[in-house]
Formats: sequence, C-alpha cells, structure tokens
Amino acid sequence: MKSIKVNMLTRVEGEAALQITLKGDRVTDVKLNVFEPPRMFEAFLRGRHFNEAPDMVARICGICPIAYQMSAVHAFERALNIQIDPMVRMLRRLFYCGEWIESHALHVFMLHAPDFLGYPDAIQMARDHRTVVEQGLRLKKIGNSIVSLMGGREIHPVSAAVGGFYKVPAESELRSLTEDLKWALDASLATVKLVSGFEFPEFERDYEFVALSHPHEYPFNEGRIASSKGLNIFVPEYEEHFVERHVKHSNALQSLMNGRGAYFVGPLARFNINFAQLPDVAKQAAKDCGLKLPVLNPFRSIIVRAIELVFACHEALQIIADYQMPESPRADFTIRAGTGSAATEAPRGLLYHRYKIDDQGLIQFAKIVPPTSQNQKQIEDDLWHYVPQVTALSSEQATWKCEQAVRNYDPCISCATHALHVRIDRA
Amino acid sequence: MSTLILGCGNPERGDDAAGLVAARKLREMGLNALEHSGDMLSLFYRWAGYDEVIIIDAMISGAPAGTIKWINPREDTIPGKQFHSSTHEFGLAEVIELARSLAQLPPKLTICGIEAGHCDIGAPLSPEVAQAVEKIVLDTYQLVAQTSR
Repeated sequence: MKSIKVNMLTRVEGEAALQITLKGDRVTDVKLNVFEPPRMFEAFLRGRHFNEAPDMVARICGICPIAYQMSAVHAFERALNIQIDPMVRMLRRLFYCGEWIESHALHVFMLHAPDFLGYPDAIQMARDHRTVVEQGLRLKKIGNSIVSLMGGREIHPVSAAVGGFYKVPAESELRSLTEDLKWALDASLATVKLVSGFEFPEFERDYEFVALSHPHEYPFNEGRIASSKGLNIFVPEYEEHFVERHVKHSNALQSLMNGRGAYFVGPLARFNINFAQLPDVAKQAAKDCGLKLPVLNPFRSIIVRAIELVFACHEALQIIADYQMPESPRADFTIRAGTGSAATEAPRGLLYHRYKIDDQGLIQFAKIVPPTSQNQKQIEDDLWHYVPQVTALSSEQATWKCEQAVRNYDPCISCATHALHVRIDRA
Repeated sequence: MSTLILGCGNPERGDDAAGLVAARKLREMGLNALEHSGDMLSLFYRWAGYDEVIIIDAMISGAPAGTIKWINPREDTIPGKQFHSSTHEFGLAEVIELARSLAQLPPKLTICGIEAGHCDIGAPLSPEVAQAVEKIVLDTYQLVAQTSR
C-alpha cells in the first residue's frame, strides 16, 4: 500500500478529501483537503445591520444554525452592553439542547454507529438494527421539535434576536414537549449503554482540550475559555492565544494555539473539562459504562456524545419545568458603536465570533472561527499517529478505518469553509 | 384514502424549487399538499399515517430540462445521484431507501421527478421547468381526484 485516498469522505457534512502518503509503513504526509469553496460570510456581513446577522450566519450550517445565532447575538449584546432577562437566558439554553439532541442523534446513530457495527451506511445498518435506527430517528425528531418550537422552523430558525427572541413560547407550548423528552432521556441512557459496548481501537494521545468552562453549568453560551493544560482566559482574549493560518491544500483556515500547535474542541473537550458540571444522571451513566477521566481515545467520542444526549434531555426537562414566560421577549437597548466577542459551544465544539459595529449599527468587521476549523489540524495529527495501526489491513479496510478516525470529530466541512474525499499514497 | 403531496426543494436555487411551486399550486387547488425544504430525514414524520404519498422534486439525470419522470419506489430503486442535493448525506433517495429498510414506506408512494435546467442562486424557474410544473399540477390533480372518487 502506497497511499490511502478517499476522494469524497462520506458520512460527514460537506465536501472534503483525505490523502495519506506512505513510505513502507511510515506515514510521510497527511492532508485533509477541504475543497468545498470558501463562502465569504465574514466579508459579506460587512456593511449589513447587526440585526440581520443572526439570520445570515444561521445559513452557515443546516445542522448547527443555532450555534451561529447564539455566538452572534451574544457578541452583539456585549458590544451594546445589553443585559438579557434570566428566563431568556434559560430559553437560549433550551434552544441549544434541541440542536445538540438533533445533531448528536444524527451523528451517533446515522453517521458514526455504522463504522462500529460494520456497515457502509445507516441504510444497510437499518436492515439488521431496525430498533436502533428507529430510536435514533425518534431522538432526532425530538431535538427538531424543540428547535421548531423555539425557532419557528426546524432548519435555519428565525426567532433569535439581539436582546432575546422575537417571540417566546407560552408555558403550555413548552410543557407539551415533556413526555417526549422523558422518553428521550431514557433512550439516551440506553444509547450510552449500547455504544459503550462497541469495540474501540487502542489509540490515545496527549491532547490539549479546549472548551468553555462555567463554574455551575455544563457550558452552552457562557463561561471562560479553558484548556486541559492550564489555559484559562476571558473570551475577549481568544485572539491573543489562538491563530488561524491558511494551508495550500484546504479552503478552510486551520486554527492553532499560539506556540502550542493543534488543539481539540468538541464533546470530548467539554466532557474532560466540565465533567463536574454534568447532572448526576449523566455522571452515573459515564460511571456505569466505565468511562474514566480524562477520555483520551477519540474513537470513544461516540460514548461522550451519547452522555451529552443524556445531559441535553435532562437539562431541557429542567428548563421546561421551571419556565415562566418572560414579561418581554427582548431587552430594550440603544445602538452605539462598539466591539463584542462571544464563544458558545456548538455540537462540534467552541464557536468564536467577533464583530465591530458603527454608531448606526452597521457591521464594520466580522470574524468567525468554527469548531471544525479548530479541529482540522488535530484530525491530520491523529492520522499521522493512527495510520501505522492500519497499514497491515487491506487498502479498502485501511481507508475505512481512516474515514472512521475523521468521523470521530463529526466534522462540519461547510462550516469550516464558511467538505470529505480519503486518499492514501504509498511511495 | 388519505393522500399527501410533498413538494421538495430549495426556494432560492432556480429549478430546485420546482417541487415547492407545484405543491403550492396544488394546495391552492384544494389538495393536501405541503412544501418541504431542508432536512429530508423529517419526511419520515410528515408522511406517517397516509395511505398515499406523492413526492415532487427536481432531479439531475442528464435529460433535457423539464423532462418528467414518474417513479414507483416500491418497484424501482431510486437513482441516488439524480435526487442528491443535500450536503447532509440524506437526500430523497437515501431517505426512501432507509424507509424501505425500516419497512416504513407509505402503502402507496409515487415520486415525480422534474429535470432541472439550472440551480442558480436566486434565479426563477427556467421556462421549460415552469411548463413541466404546470403539466404535473394538472396530472397530479387528476390522479388524486380519480383516486378519491
């Protein structure tokens, strides 16, 4: 085997290719080639009014539009010094629960589980594992229902606004989700049990994990940016510690930590940094399946995603039980010139936004750093270390294993270009 | 017999909107027709409980723009590449095949494909596709009226 080539990576969102070059059993090059075209969001946001931005940035992704809306509204609220109603803050957490349930259910059941159960896709897996797939689809539907109720529609919701929401649900509307969410919590616990029984390759690395960290909450919208190796900064300090660079083979910028290199964002990072903030039901699920901190095997991310499903269902039930419709869905504010940055936790990891607006509220500058851009270099680094484990396999099997390693990160290529094809070359 | 018509597509991508336009017209004519954009997996929930489902969607097969193709997925496999417009892995063909694996296909399912000429951002339907939509609306109306008689 001289090379492993995947010309179009499947079961990832967007379009990319993977090319791995080998000399004997030694890896000489790994390139995650994101060829999905650049989408220029940061450029065409300039000159638009900040009120338009939440609906525009939602279009960056069909799976995680809420993450984009949340990072954007929080950044503008910091620029304009807006304090939001505590109940609106809880509703935003509920909105995020919906997106995590929808996105994690899709990835765990439909995109990643086929790798572990030995099927090329969820369609063929469904023939032998009908109940499992049906459970995944129902979980996803429940996530969609939260998003739909909170956001007005399932895809690219339209309710998020700077200062709050354009419209908030009535208490009875939210409580109509309770029975479904109780089922979803039980189904998520069963999912942890199911996926923790999969076979995982022996593969661990000394990663630097990066996630939001909040003293009292498993993070969605607020917190400091913390790393597993001691970084602990305010969000506005992000750009002093993280840089983006362009590499020839990718249309997505790669992010690095200043002077430290690749880092890891997403469920594993959140779990390792914020385990103490998980509710008891999620902690117990982790304990019951024998998951030990820190989890350093990226293939086990499927278990952590399932634990985050438990968390999101539990959190949604709590919020719904405590919900009282706020007096006003949106805070009043005065437009002024300013700069604001925010980071929130998209299903795939930390999502950083910074905006500068003028005294008319027009955007002068926008910077968006999606989770997949941040994980891109880490994915390549994983393959440098993982490929020697699979070189004895047939070309077809080795290629599949490498694709699986990429899917550990649930990459969202469209987000990263604001794409996956695998190719292994053997010299 | 309960019948649901689902028009799929993206309203902002030229001829990809053909299914949506057809569904809107059929609804205005009094039929149970819905427009469906975005997550194709949620088609599962929308068609549940109906005896008959007709899906109208744009396709890219290489035929001349406006070509109409009627497919019965219970007898034919759906050509995946012709109906694949989603970046999220689950296009119409994948959803139909997944439903087949789960034994959740509606009892009667028909797909009406309209060959797209272009899928340019923000563009209207091309004249060939607009004409095909008119024909499909009339044919579907007659088909459903006949079945419900």
